[in-house]
Amino acid sequence: MKILNCPLNGPRNISEFTYGGEFHRMPDPKHSADHVWAEHVFFHDNEAGIVTEWWFHNATSFWFLAERNTITDEVVRTFCVNELFNERVEFINDADPSANAEVK
Amino acid sequence: MPFGLLKYGLKKDYPGKHHFTPAADLKKHYDVVIIGAGGHGTSIAYYLAKYHNVKNIAVLDKGYLGGGNTARNTAVIRSNYLTEEGVTFYRESVKLFQNLSNEFDYNIMMESRGQLTLAHSDAAIRSFRWRAEVNQHLGVRSALVDRQTIKELVPNLNMSEDVRYPIMAGLWHADGATARHDAVAWGYAKGACARGVELHQLTEVEDIIVTKGKVTAVQTNRGRIACGCVVQAVAGASSVVAKKAGIRLPIHSYPLQAMVTQPYKPLLTPHVSSPHVHVYIHQTSRGEFVIGGGSDPYPLYNTRATLEQKESLSAAVLELFPFLSQARMMRQWAGVTDMTPDYSPIMGMSPVENYYLDAGWGTWGFKATPICGKTMAELVATKKTPKLIKPFELERFYRFEQINEAGATAASH
Repeated sequence: MKILNCPLNGPRNISEFTYGGEFHRMPDPKHSADHVWAEHVFFHDNEAGIVTEWWFHNATSFWFLAERNTITDEVVRTFCVNELFNERVEFINDADPSANAEVK
Repeated sequence: MPFGLLKYGLKKDYPGKHHFTPAADLKKHYDVVIIGAGGHGTSIAYYLAKYHNVKNIAVLDKGYLGGGNTARNTAVIRSNYLTEEGVTFYRESVKLFQNLSNEFDYNIMMESRGQLTLAHSDAAIRSFRWRAEVNQHLGVRSALVDRQTIKELVPNLNMSEDVRYPIMAGLWHADGATARHDAVAWGYAKGACARGVELHQLTEVEDIIVTKGKVTAVQTNRGRIACGCVVQAVAGASSVVAKKAGIRLPIHSYPLQAMVTQPYKPLLTPHVSSPHVHVYIHQTSRGEFVIGGGSDPYPLYNTRATLEQKESLSAAVLELFPFLSQARMMRQWAGVTDMTPDYSPIMGMSPVENYYLDAGWGTWGFKATPICGKTMAELVATKKTPKLIKPFELERFYRFEQINEAGATAASH
């Protein structure tokens, strides 16, 4: 069994985890066109080589990131999301003030 | 007779006819360059030469003919899908398969032994009834069957109610079949080569040259070739090759593992599949049981076999066929499957002019080989997308018109 080193729980069997997809920055929710969203949601780099991706520890509901080699099946490193996210992501669309009021 | 054989063996030049073009230098220019000499690539070349009088074609492969996923799939042919687009497309494929040996004058060992999909829950029965209705409406032989009929179709199947997931009903697909997968690629390559198509093995495409949004040439390890158009048919490496042309695809590549037992006398006639326990099995004409359907839990470009998959496939198949507990495994292998978000293939034009995509074949590529080749050839020759494959264009993801194919294989989905 392959071992994944969870930043929260330490080394655990990979069967305890779920793969969560490639890591990509979300497009700007205020100004992105439909085709940009389509690419963000459906399209992937699907690289042969070292990729950054989301993983999830099922038992503790903990999301984190990993760098993994998709050719050799080796995990290079795992790390917490705060390495890449250090500010709050705002989803409020200020182009539409009525929707804005509802969200708040 | 032994002397005749000895004489034959000692002859300097092999008196048999070569099926494929012998290795030759690449020409400077081809009208059509097909990347990938698997079933799909050779099938496109065959139909282009046969129906559209396009002969200046090179089929390139970094390995050898039929050596990729053509050799790694589990050779299942069926058309009992769920979406109208899917059923109509695969139905035409099954029809072409049925006449392929005659057409090639080459035995692809097609055997229409039927396919039985098992339901272990009420939800599955509901979805099978839906599938059967869609299938029958579109002229595909498919029916919901009860436990008694299942017993008659597959007497060896464990129908006990004292198991994890008792069998409640089944979806019987009389058109379901199997064929020798390698022979399909060989047959197409033979027919294509006889019509003047050049097959170039050990020829790797290193770069794809796009000028002003139009593909003009491919750079290979044996030199550069100018070309009128390019078709990529490289299941398992679709994203990697498309990237060379600057195209990003909605694909994640996962290995799918399968394994095969030692040969036994004929025991199992149809193909049996269980989406619930994630396994499918059939007995080949050589007597081996092919057991398939284990997708790895994360994307990978690697065809290693794992113990986890052996365990989960074995557990699932032993519940269905307990007598296999004594069987010895001969081989376990993997093929890389290009999974799309809607479990449907991607065929047609691409954002690059004259660059055609034959990709996203996940676990449904082998069974589509003839019809995909025929329709893609028509597209390449006429530059008009045939109606049958229009819904499968890459563009569908931008229009949010995915084809949610819930009738795909009993693998990861």
